[in-house]
Amino acid sequence: MLSKWKALKKTTRSNAITYAIVIVAYLIIQLLSGLGLLSSLFTGLLVPLCTYVILAVSLNLVVGFLGELSLGHAGFMCVGAFASAFFSRCMEQAIPASGVRFLIALIIGAVCAGIFGILIGIPVLRLKGDYLAIVTLAFGEIIKNVINVLFIGRDENGFHFSTKDALSLNMSADGDVIINGPQGITGTPKDSTFTVGIILILITLFLVTNLIHSRSGRAIMAIRDNRIAAESIGINITKYKLMAFAISAALAGVAGVLYAHNLSTLTATPKNFGYNMSIMILVFVVLGGIGSIRGSIIAAVVLTLLPEMLRGLSDYRMLIYAIVLILMMLFNWAPKAIEWREKYLSRLPFLARKKGESTGKEEV
Amino acid sequence: MALLDVTNLSISFGGLRAVDAFEIHIEKGQLYGLIGPNGAGKTTVFNLLTGVYRPDEGIIRLDGTDITGKTPIEINRSGIARTFQNIRLFKELSVLDNVKAGLHNHYRYSTLEGIFRLPKFRRMEREMDERAVEILKVFDLDKEAAVTASNLPYGKQRKLEIARAIATQPKLLLLDEPAAGMNPNETGELMETIRFVRSHFDMTILLIEHDMKLVSGICEKLTVLNFGQVLAQGDTSDVLNNPEVITAYLGDE
Repeated sequence: MLSKWKALKKTTRSNAITYAIVIVAYLIIQLLSGLGLLSSLFTGLLVPLCTYVILAVSLNLVVGFLGELSLGHAGFMCVGAFASAFFSRCMEQAIPASGVRFLIALIIGAVCAGIFGILIGIPVLRLKGDYLAIVTLAFGEIIKNVINVLFIGRDENGFHFSTKDALSLNMSADGDVIINGPQGITGTPKDSTFTVGIILILITLFLVTNLIHSRSGRAIMAIRDNRIAAESIGINITKYKLMAFAISAALAGVAGVLYAHNLSTLTATPKNFGYNMSIMILVFVVLGGIGSIRGSIIAAVVLTLLPEMLRGLSDYRMLIYAIVLILMMLFNWAPKAIEWREKYLSRLPFLARKKGESTGKEEV
Repeated sequence: MALLDVTNLSISFGGLRAVDAFEIHIEKGQLYGLIGPNGAGKTTVFNLLTGVYRPDEGIIRLDGTDITGKTPIEINRSGIARTFQNIRLFKELSVLDNVKAGLHNHYRYSTLEGIFRLPKFRRMEREMDERAVEILKVFDLDKEAAVTASNLPYGKQRKLEIARAIATQPKLLLLDEPAAGMNPNETGELMETIRFVRSHFDMTILLIEHDMKLVSGICEKLTVLNFGQVLAQGDTSDVLNNPEVITAYLGDE
């Protein structure tokens, strides 16, 4: 059994561990909730947790594997959330089967966010580093603000559209305002569950890890490591940059769909779709270890649960949160800590790694 | 007809004429050297040939096709590969993946076939692995296939860069100072490798080098650049005994 395990490729092994962690976590939580051991506060956190994990993994594709800093990830999540919530709200009567409806909503959310990713990526990916970060930040804010002035309603004459207010939609008396500007979308069917969230996490993991370990993924990482050399061996830089950016945006859209279908009222506020959110996702990625997918998942979970678990400490809560951020950073990146990890953690069979073997960014 | 035909190639940066009316004609299978003092414009010529810079004037023909003004990607696809003076490897990728990146345009499958691990993905990846190991064996790097490129010692990094360039199956290979930073032993070994590469992969090679032992040892023809202009051109021994060339290198007596 063990020898069979060792015969597998290192990356396959590493991926299997990541999937196993997610599934085991799911089973444990299901068991605990079945026994009634989970507080309602914790249960309410489960779907957002899945959302953050998907966001962190998808942003890692751009930051860790493409090597570009994007600060507009919440914007793509916002597109996915509103596009899918709009669809579900319109089709609630037409498609009563919640499973089918959610699946279509999911595809719509992902595709819309992906299209935005391409549209924004075409001009933005010509920039590098800090400039790219600032411009993506601006695009994220623009998306959020545009949605805040968007009014869409429906009556027997079809759809009405305005950017002023709900009254200027000029609808008949029984008209239904679907997107009501800053009040957002009310009454989205609650189709998201923890199980759906976990399935979406697994799908995200499947897509991202398999992409990375394929011809396209190799091209993406080659561009990250040396753009000029990648060009010199005939790799189409624009194509692969845009591909990574669009896939990452589409997955952020998936997270948005999950998020939107967990709330009765969806509004675009600075808190959920603003740059705060984008930066929080980046914090998950950086603290989890840039380019480490398992790290992103763990960081997203720990850093989401921590502030909630520490609620009892009131004012000290954010202080402890900040200290944990610093400690995680040290654990991940300090040379002494890396040395210690290699010395002690490598004794564990599933972490064993031959010296000098390829490690680091392409590890998953 | 020559494999590489360059006529009247020129480029200026501001007021500086970095390369002026450069000409070179390389026959298929030749091992050709481009030499000259520091700052003579050798690397600029490479950058012009590979599309990093667009020439102000002149025509570059590879195997009869005009490739002047094309992008580096197009030029690589039409058959020129290069190495760099300051090594440019994919540092975080393994040695094997560096070479497989070079095979990118020759073993194709779509992104979806890759994500869903369809049979074509498996077949192509296996073929790529085999081909990459075959190339690595030539450079005696096959045992280090799993090592991260940045962990290789310097000499092997240089070799890996050549291996990656060869993986793109070029007609013409440009080597920018392949022996830089190598000791005499390593240089000797490198000369053998370059000779072997030419015969084994049936390739034409143009190299920039300062190490005269290497140049006189393996190059059949030479072009000497000085201040962006061709100073001398011809068979290696003739060029190296040319008084003008000696003056350019050693100064007046």
